[in-house]
Amino acid sequence: MGRSDSIDRRRVLAGAAGTVLAVALRPAAAAQPRSETTESAIRRFAGDNPIRPGRVSLDLPPLVENGNTVPLAISVESPMTAEDHVRRIGVFNEKNPQPNVVTVHLRPGAGRAQVATRIRLADTQRITAIAEMSDGTYWSASADAIVTLAACLEG
Amino acid sequence: MPRHPGLPLPVALAALLLTGAVAGAEPIAPADRRSGFDQMSAEIQTMQRDDDANPGMLAVVDGAELWTKPPSSSRPACAGCHGEASSSMRGVAARYPAWDARTARPIDLQGRINACRRTHQGADPLAYESPDLLALTAFVATQSRGQRIAPPEDARLAPARAEGRALFEARMGQLGLSCAICHDENWGRRLGAAAIPQGQPTGYPLYRLEWQGMGSLQRRLRNCLTGMRAEPFGYGAPEYVALEAYLATRAAPLPVETPAVRP
Amino acid sequence: MARTLINLPKTAKPGEVITIKTLISHPMETGFRPGADGRILPRNIVTEFVCRFEDEEIFRAELFPASAANPYLTFTWVATASGRFSFTWRGDDGFDQTESAAITVA
Repeated sequence: MGRSDSIDRRRVLAGAAGTVLAVALRPAAAAQPRSETTESAIRRFAGDNPIRPGRVSLDLPPLVENGNTVPLAISVESPMTAEDHVRRIGVFNEKNPQPNVVTVHLRPGAGRAQVATRIRLADTQRITAIAEMSDGTYWSASADAIVTLAACLEG
Repeated sequence: MPRHPGLPLPVALAALLLTGAVAGAEPIAPADRRSGFDQMSAEIQTMQRDDDANPGMLAVVDGAELWTKPPSSSRPACAGCHGEASSSMRGVAARYPAWDARTARPIDLQGRINACRRTHQGADPLAYESPDLLALTAFVATQSRGQRIAPPEDARLAPARAEGRALFEARMGQLGLSCAICHDENWGRRLGAAAIPQGQPTGYPLYRLEWQGMGSLQRRLRNCLTGMRAEPFGYGAPEYVALEAYLATRAAPLPVETPAVRP
Repeated sequence: MARTLINLPKTAKPGEVITIKTLISHPMETGFRPGADGRILPRNIVTEFVCRFEDEEIFRAELFPASAANPYLTFTWVATASGRFSFTWRGDDGFDQTESAAITVA
């Protein structure tokens, strides 16, 4: 797919969902456009609902020594009660071959909305976590990771 | 040793290559010896420190199971002779490579495990880098975690150590590099984006993120040789055991970290 | 059987938030990498992890090729009663493994 095509598609998608999406997904100073497939993955997760920045905290090392294994921790501000809890957290990448990183489903009895895992980053990129709350709202946070290449690879 | 943190490695290497200044490379003094652990990010340090998060522990637990499992029905398991590894194997990895009287050669820990299999368990040796050999070696080495590397004072090991040092300091491969140029002379600087460690073998077998799995010190040495564009020795070659014997003297008194995690 | 490491407290007080850590040995082959012969290695990943407490699902994760080898997941749960957690990993090529761990709440 050509670059201009992907940018047009992105603009169309962002326009359709309104400015809130643009704020959540388009970094102010970013040079890297999000790919079309990442946005469709996010839309598969959140539908046409607005995604607001906030309530989500994404902990990713800013400088990654090896993209094969990158620790990732996510927490969401939530009382995790039956009335008010996080239902799902979806994590998305920009530059891996596939846009999904992990999706977790939580229950009110979790006590906290706090998970950790380890991910692969094929390249320097932005990771976005989106939380779906029990009231149907969506909140997000993003973090950039610079992936350095190992100097001595196994030949 | 003078350090030039501002000087990019390629410049430093070019200078070294042009002047041949490395000929008199000084080994790192004991007080200056540092594990590669110190140069890792806090995140990877945490991954190594937390046994519930350290992926190398998967191999260590595999090794614990193999320790108690006889390889054949008529012969004992490792535990049949050695009992509880937590006492019988404590400190062993800190003293390897050691002298093997039967073959009259130095032997490394994985070599010792395979020799034991052959001699006492009537079993075929496990292949280098096979999951079982890595697991057993990691399990045995983990019993020495925290103990300082203390190579035996055994004059019979002196020739191998000298050969290992000569190999470490010899220029090899198409780039004309030696181990010492990076790990004695330029540790603490960067090669590309990666920090150059001293190359201290404190945590083998270890979980390397680059490998997405466990590997032995011999595998790491093969990686380095390939990186230098030199022909790697075959697994089990005496050159590796000689290098391991020298590296142990070069690493003392750093503590054993097995199962370490490295980028 | 893949090796697993599961860590949670053996005992907890009622209402205490416990952290559950799980690690499983699995290559998580992405399906995008060439093997030694230059041909793409077929995808072989864990696609789903489910934790249940006494048969009630309490946590689920959908995994993708972007999960690191030897998948590691941690999450929390409020200990309310003694019982048994089960942990199930499912994936490509019929991968299906369940482990369990008990907790005493008093």
